[in-house]
Amino acid sequence: MAKVIVVTSGKGGVGKTTTSASFASGLAMRGNRTVVIDFDVGLRNLDLIMGCERRVVYDIINVINGEVSLKQALIKDKSCDNLYILPASQTRDKDALKLDAVGRILEELKQTFDFVVCDSPAGIESGAFTAMYFADEALIVTNPEVSSVRDSDRILGILAAKSKRAVDGVEPVKEHLLVTRYDPKRVDAGEMLSVEDIQEILRIPLLGVIPESVSVLQASNSGTPAIHIAKSDVAEAYKDVVGRFMGEDLPIRFTVAEKTGFFKRLLGGR
Amino acid sequence: MSMIDGLIEYLRGKDKKTAVIAKERLQIILAHERAGRGGETPDYLPALQEELMAVIAKYIHIDRNSFKVQLEKHDQYDVLELNITLPEKVNTRS
Repeated sequence: MAKVIVVTSGKGGVGKTTTSASFASGLAMRGNRTVVIDFDVGLRNLDLIMGCERRVVYDIINVINGEVSLKQALIKDKSCDNLYILPASQTRDKDALKLDAVGRILEELKQTFDFVVCDSPAGIESGAFTAMYFADEALIVTNPEVSSVRDSDRILGILAAKSKRAVDGVEPVKEHLLVTRYDPKRVDAGEMLSVEDIQEILRIPLLGVIPESVSVLQASNSGTPAIHIAKSDVAEAYKDVVGRFMGEDLPIRFTVAEKTGFFKRLLGGR
Repeated sequence: MSMIDGLIEYLRGKDKKTAVIAKERLQIILAHERAGRGGETPDYLPALQEELMAVIAKYIHIDRNSFKVQLEKHDQYDVLELNITLPEKVNTRS
């Protein structure tokens, strides 16, 4: 049975789109038929992060309005055979995403795909709500920072009370904590909440930790999901996240600060 | 930082790391916000019940089953209700 997964956070700028792009790519790299949908109507960016912005012709609103078929609007990813992107509209406002219409689109996508990844906009307005309403599972993207943790908690409350699963009274949405922009050095210095602190506060299972890294900006600069950046910690961390999501028992990596060697320090390295 | 500076800072109680402050602040505000969300019972209720029971048991001999703590939600206010059935005179400590 196909699964709908929402990537959400409440707060903006924590790495939802970066995560959606890499997570969906990772699922597809393992042979899963995957589609990733941008729910940020009016401020679409997933197309840029996936590097397909110049190939966008139709968007999700065109599909909702019945102007084109789903098949016409889906864009095939440039690096993964099993991956498709459904862009958001840049010109309409977010209220154009009608709940029942989105429900129909998701049902149709579930016929052909194994995983439907929904990239939520920031906030708790209608766009974010629509993105999470139909979810079977949720990746809660959280930075080790007070406002992000608080907003994640708020989102967890909404998932538990107002999602379709909650309304229907069936098994609740399965929640996964994904801590991003993690800097073990600052955690050691007592300047940053540790992943254990965040887990203790939010009380949901940890799916992974993505370290703060220069390669995320390099990936977005070039329109390549970070999971494809060779030899980067971020790519490895995202591959682990996908592995764990698929049920593999992998240890959490990149949460211990690397010791700076004597020579490196002498040469001014960090 | 010299040892003296460190000692002074320690004595002033200023050595608390900001990550610790962040965690404490979050725990307090989230407990409050979760309680206000409605529907679910706040997670401090069982602990509150245990502590209240311990205090009352110091003065009156009470049965665990005769002690109830409930939080009722209304539009404008919440009511924290303690319901304790006191035992008959025979069991009272004198």
